[in-house]
Amino acid sequence: MFARLVPHPVLSLTLLLVWLGLVNKVTPGNLLLGLALGLVVPLITAAYWPDRPTLHRPLKAAEYVAVVFWDIVVANIHVAMIILFKPNANLRSCWITVPLELTSPEAITVLAGTITLTPGTVSTTLAADAGSLLVHCLHAEDPDAVRDTIKARYESRLMEVFQ
Amino acid sequence: MDLTLLSEAFIALFLVISGIFGLVGSFGLVKLRETMQRLHAPTKATTLGVGGVLIASMLYFLLVKGSLSFHELLITLFLFLTAPITAGFIAKTYMLHRVSREDLPSTGRDYGWALYDAAPGKEDDGNDQP
Repeated sequence: MFARLVPHPVLSLTLLLVWLGLVNKVTPGNLLLGLALGLVVPLITAAYWPDRPTLHRPLKAAEYVAVVFWDIVVANIHVAMIILFKPNANLRSCWITVPLELTSPEAITVLAGTITLTPGTVSTTLAADAGSLLVHCLHAEDPDAVRDTIKARYESRLMEVFQ
Repeated sequence: MDLTLLSEAFIALFLVISGIFGLVGSFGLVKLRETMQRLHAPTKATTLGVGGVLIASMLYFLLVKGSLSFHELLITLFLFLTAPITAGFIAKTYMLHRVSREDLPSTGRDYGWALYDAAPGKEDDGNDQP
């Protein structure tokens, strides 16, 4: 019954929280309206989530977000230093191929988004069979090390969260 | 020492930090020489530059106005959802125009990069080729 009524609990909760954030005030009326949205929208959009992934370990997901936030701060300073103090001639930009072990489209999307958000790397395109990811790196002394960092730091954590 | 002054100094610190990162990001746009390199500068400035302003704004409402504000969290959420997509669009458009597939490393798979090659089973479509 519950699974029928709330097919996508995480989406329902997200909608409720986003609604409360948008109105910026927690009152009974807003809470009720947010709950209604959280119930109706997943039901209407159920067709667009044919095989949605389940979050196996919410705590791991929270840890992933924390790691990414920290990396964004550190890497921002790193890139600022490169922009300010490194002459263009010494800049070694390169393309990196990251072989993927992740298979779920949602997990790959999160990984690609993370790579773009962490400064110094931008994910550009996937292999046609979604087996590897092409990443552009602003400055890398050792491209293989960057690839290994991405795999060890982000992909292995996402594997635990999504699979 | 006055508590309001202290919290205002704290808020100002975050504003200055975010301003510095925004400035460095914009400077990077001018200084770097290739489009792919330039792409790195602004996508980064938005994360910390905008993040600093948002933290300052939350602190302002919390410490000075005495109310909790959630809008900043939502802005962060929407920013993190949209920033990689814009960067991806710019990168892909640039690559289709200026980067040939020979310049790129191999995929290490049986298929090429999705930008140039069709997905397995869709090879005969051919409509999406530039």
